[in-house]
Amino acid sequence: MSEARAHILATIRRALGRQAPSAEQAAALHRRLDAPEPNVIPARGQVDAPARIGLFIAEAERADATVARVATVNDVPRAVADYLAANNLPSVLKVAPAVADIPWSEQTALSAVAGVAGGDDPVGVTGAFAGVAETGTLVLLSGPDSPTTLNFLPDTHIVVLAAARIVGAYEDTWRSLRAAAGGDGPLPRTVNWITGPSRTADIEQTLLLGAHGPRRLHIVLVDGDDG
Amino acid sequence: MSPPPPNVGLFVTCLVDLMRPAVGFAAVKLLEDAGCVVSVPAAQTCCGQPAYNAGDQADARAIARQVIVAFEGFDYVVVPSGSCAGMIRVHFPGLFAGDAPMAGRARALGERTFELTQFLRDVLQVPDVEAEYRGCATYHDGCAGLREMGVKEQPRQLLAAVRGLELKEGEEAETCCGFGGLFCVKYPDISERIVDGKVDDVLATGADTLLGGELGCLLNVAGRLKRRGSGVRVRHVAEVLAGMTDGPPIGDP
Amino acid sequence: MEATTRNFERNARKALADTKLQEALARLSHGFPAKRRQAIARLPEFEALRDAARDIKNHVLENLDFYLERFETRVGERGGQVHWARDAAEARSVILKICQDAGARTVTKSKSMVGEEIAINDHLEANGITPVETDLGEYIIQIRGEPPSHLIAPAIHLSKDQVAESFKEKHGQFPKDRSLEEPRALLDEARTVLRESFLEADVGMTGANMLVAETGTVVVVTNEGNADLTMSLPRVHIVIASLEKVVPTLDDAATLLRVLARSGTGQEITVYTTFSTGPRRPGDLDGPEAFHVVLLDNGRTTMLGGELHEMLRCIRCGACLNECPIYRAVGGHAYGWVYSGPMGAVLTPVLIGIEHAGDLPNASTLCGKCEDVCPVRIPLPRMLRHWRQRQFEGNQASAASRYGLKAWAFLARRPALYRLVVGPGVAVLGALGRRRGRFRRLPLAGGWTASRDLPAPEGRTFLALWRKRLAGRP
Repeated sequence: MSEARAHILATIRRALGRQAPSAEQAAALHRRLDAPEPNVIPARGQVDAPARIGLFIAEAERADATVARVATVNDVPRAVADYLAANNLPSVLKVAPAVADIPWSEQTALSAVAGVAGGDDPVGVTGAFAGVAETGTLVLLSGPDSPTTLNFLPDTHIVVLAAARIVGAYEDTWRSLRAAAGGDGPLPRTVNWITGPSRTADIEQTLLLGAHGPRRLHIVLVDGDDG
Repeated sequence: MSPPPPNVGLFVTCLVDLMRPAVGFAAVKLLEDAGCVVSVPAAQTCCGQPAYNAGDQADARAIARQVIVAFEGFDYVVVPSGSCAGMIRVHFPGLFAGDAPMAGRARALGERTFELTQFLRDVLQVPDVEAEYRGCATYHDGCAGLREMGVKEQPRQLLAAVRGLELKEGEEAETCCGFGGLFCVKYPDISERIVDGKVDDVLATGADTLLGGELGCLLNVAGRLKRRGSGVRVRHVAEVLAGMTDGPPIGDP
Repeated sequence: MEATTRNFERNARKALADTKLQEALARLSHGFPAKRRQAIARLPEFEALRDAARDIKNHVLENLDFYLERFETRVGERGGQVHWARDAAEARSVILKICQDAGARTVTKSKSMVGEEIAINDHLEANGITPVETDLGEYIIQIRGEPPSHLIAPAIHLSKDQVAESFKEKHGQFPKDRSLEEPRALLDEARTVLRESFLEADVGMTGANMLVAETGTVVVVTNEGNADLTMSLPRVHIVIASLEKVVPTLDDAATLLRVLARSGTGQEITVYTTFSTGPRRPGDLDGPEAFHVVLLDNGRTTMLGGELHEMLRCIRCGACLNECPIYRAVGGHAYGWVYSGPMGAVLTPVLIGIEHAGDLPNASTLCGKCEDVCPVRIPLPRMLRHWRQRQFEGNQASAASRYGLKAWAFLARRPALYRLVVGPGVAVLGALGRRRGRFRRLPLAGGWTASRDLPAPEGRTFLALWRKRLAGRP
């Protein structure tokens, strides 16, 4: 135990006029931590699945993301190729291993390599764990098949999201992560919430997209299956 | 038998007392027209805000005690100022933190204390007033009246009944005018910048009259309007509601 | 950094005369507050969320020791390390040691107010390590050697021409005649320069918007994505956070996030909200190998349980700056240290001493707008009054204002005497001012008449006239 630690904790307890929490107090606090309760949930996300998907798209677009909807995973490469062509973007993809088995090679215009991001990959493709309708937010998890840097380094970020994984509120994603928790706890090293492409207004409050992260965020929404 | 008329103690405020008694008489007229019996206790000077906001709790407490003693016999305390009303209602009780009986008396008085237009609308439910004013006015919301007392719609509802008066809202009606009591003389440069913003907003409405319920703000904004050569007339809302606008506007001869 | 809080009045005058700054402040005043109102209008639950946010922070403060220990335990279980620092000096040495142990030459940083508070950049530089700020605004002020002028928009006080000038001076690697007239060109240049720093840094240092006790997670929000590159590319991630940032659960974090960006920039949520838990896991393809959290006290625990307790709820959104008439008039630098606006006027005296920051709590009209917009409902005006009370009781208020106030209060407490004194005064002023209705100049009223006329009094007090009216009644 460091001296600083002991000193700080003692100061806190003195200020609060008590010793360390009693067993009873601690038990109550542990209960609050072990069975977390949501607080106020905005009603706007608490709607049925089609409305939720509609809200997610509308909110993501408000945040300057673009959204394409496809029927099945097999349609994703085509949608990506169309998007890149329409925007005059390079068709060289760095894809996360998690989405590497999408049949990219069926689109001859695309060349896809799986792996982590380098500093000069033009397009990164990753898969989302969930979408949150209330603000059009993507939830992405880091892991052996999903490097987090791929969400940030490429100029264009394309995210594949199963429509069935769109939830109403942020708290819904905590619930499913807790339910699936293993020995390392509910969270991977990194959980990224992403709402629209990178931006800054630091120069004269002029809004510019693509500050350090991607200039473009394109979401390919897959209706048919779980992705 | 109709209930006895409300017995109202008018806390006239030091600024109205010293600078613009007309506001006090306008308040009396409005209250009497609405059926109140109005008294003006002679033992009143100030609500203690200058001391309180300068950190001088001892003097603020002594003055608060004086106000409580002078006014606790009335059914209501009515104040033609949101900040003085706020001082009594919101801040007096905290001055007696270690003195439960006094704190109780302060709270009891605070609950019966109202800003003038708030009292007319929310307590007496006066539907309208008998007055006429030829002009186009914009309204400045004094900060304490707005945020401590909840005065916003009441003066506007009453002004809507004044014949010949058109009301135009300023974009920054709720923004501070930079008066702040002693602030404006302690930091005159900053205060000037802030009051200029208020003046710009008033001028942008195109109104020929500025109304408000806080004499401190009105002296400040009128003073700056005049310095900038503007002809906008400045009056306390009570003067217009009472139809007592024969005398000169604030800062005019 | 050297505090210039003692020179507040001089700083303020300089700011008022700086036309570029005034243009920038006008943009700010019309930008953020309007966006905030729009965002809130879209969310009917906003007021309920503010209550919930306030309650969460209150609960944490009541149990701060418990949640900090729990956070520390979880960070340890995930392979990270928590360091406790009583003051700025302890925090600086902990951070320097981590950097030195990692053999660091370059440290990338994402914006951290606590980093500014402990002046970590100067310390690293003095020890041969190069800190590189990566938030665009923070990078700009770093190369200009300035402190931030706003909590969330640190370069808000600068024009694009000033930024271009600094870039031309600093970035010798580009052609001298390049065009930097558009903000886009400035951003692209900064992006190119900083991309190299990101890739070569040995240590990445971030602040924290929250620390989650449930999971030992650090929450960082940005719009640029710079914090994410800062924390995921280098081998070591150091988090510097003040200890009141801890919250119990991920659900609590979600609640606070719902009010944070809406209050600050008026966004529904920031573009990037990142939850980092420990170093990279086995099999992970990227992420840091080491994860350190430095918990800073620096006087905050002395606020617990006292008059300023509720200030510890602050989530640094910047709403009180954006809406403050004083901040909008003079900007952040006038406040003379790291924190500005109403929250700075309350917090700075705690951190550097009221004797060094005496003007800050006084330079306020107590208009209450700050409390009105604070997402966690901090009673900022009450706290400003608290500091004034401390100054008054400690004889730190100026002699002139003390005696003036005392003399006035002496009279105000004696109504009969008061009447005797004010009556003739009002009569004289009334007579002198009747012709013009106002005074352009008046002895002893220079503070008022420097910039505005003083409307003349009518000449009789209300109470005197009232007595007359009563006497005239049958």
